[in-house]
Amino acid sequence: MSAPLPAPTRQVDPDIAEDAVAETPWQAVVWNDPVNLMSYVTYVLQKLFGYPEPKATALMLDVHHKGKAAVSSGDKEKIETDVAKLHAAGLWATMQRI
Amino acid sequence: MNGWRRSGRGAKLRLVASLEAQEAAVLRGLVGEIRQMLAVRTGENPSDELTVLTGLRTGPPSKPDDRVLARLLPDFSTDDADLAAGLRSLHEPALIEAKDSAASVVLNTLPESGGRVELTPDQADAWLIALNDVRLALGTALDVSEDMPEELPPDDPRAAHIGVYHWLTFVQDALVQSRMQVR
Repeated sequence: MSAPLPAPTRQVDPDIAEDAVAETPWQAVVWNDPVNLMSYVTYVLQKLFGYPEPKATALMLDVHHKGKAAVSSGDKEKIETDVAKLHAAGLWATMQRI
Repeated sequence: MNGWRRSGRGAKLRLVASLEAQEAAVLRGLVGEIRQMLAVRTGENPSDELTVLTGLRTGPPSKPDDRVLARLLPDFSTDDADLAAGLRSLHEPALIEAKDSAASVVLNTLPESGGRVELTPDQADAWLIALNDVRLALGTALDVSEDMPEELPPDDPRAAHIGVYHWLTFVQDALVQSRMQVR
């Protein structure tokens, strides 16, 4: 009989960490643009994502003052769809890993 | 054009404005130019046997050289060129179709000689997209900046066009304000 081997400690299985990353690895980013109206950007964020007006306004102000803002996050497929919708509305948007 | 007002309620709710003949001609002309630019871009789509067989549309992988078109059809990624190319091929045909469809709504609801425009909320959303596309195109061509003055010095070659740009800004902003009140 052999005693059970102690679990290897040098290679910790990173399942949990990887899963956590896999759930929300991407975000849609809207960039500031001299043409798009503040009112229109707020309206688009409300319409596309169902955000209440205060949240949409806060994100719009982030875009305006900080140059960009992450407006949604999720798996790659969802964010791809979100960016496509933002492009259709005329916003300057890209996707990136978090 | 003095802005948009609401008419009716419920399913009969409309956003109504009145445009001068000259205003209608300018807007229809600019919307038509956007459609033409997009149609030229669509004509550059790669066409191979697979596309013909499957009917699946594929767009070009690279960003348009023209900076106005490039602003209308942005990249999906700034730091991953392969991702940007792949997603452009995949999504650009539908994006152009959506912009074309919004432009059609404007051309179908705005009388050629001007006059009364009556929009359902969905038609108003299409107008917002088409107005925004026209402003993006004009704003890019004119190098508009956030602190752009209302009027440019007369010797500035952009002086003649900036008035149109500001007028479009007014029409779009007024429509957003009206549209936000009818949900």
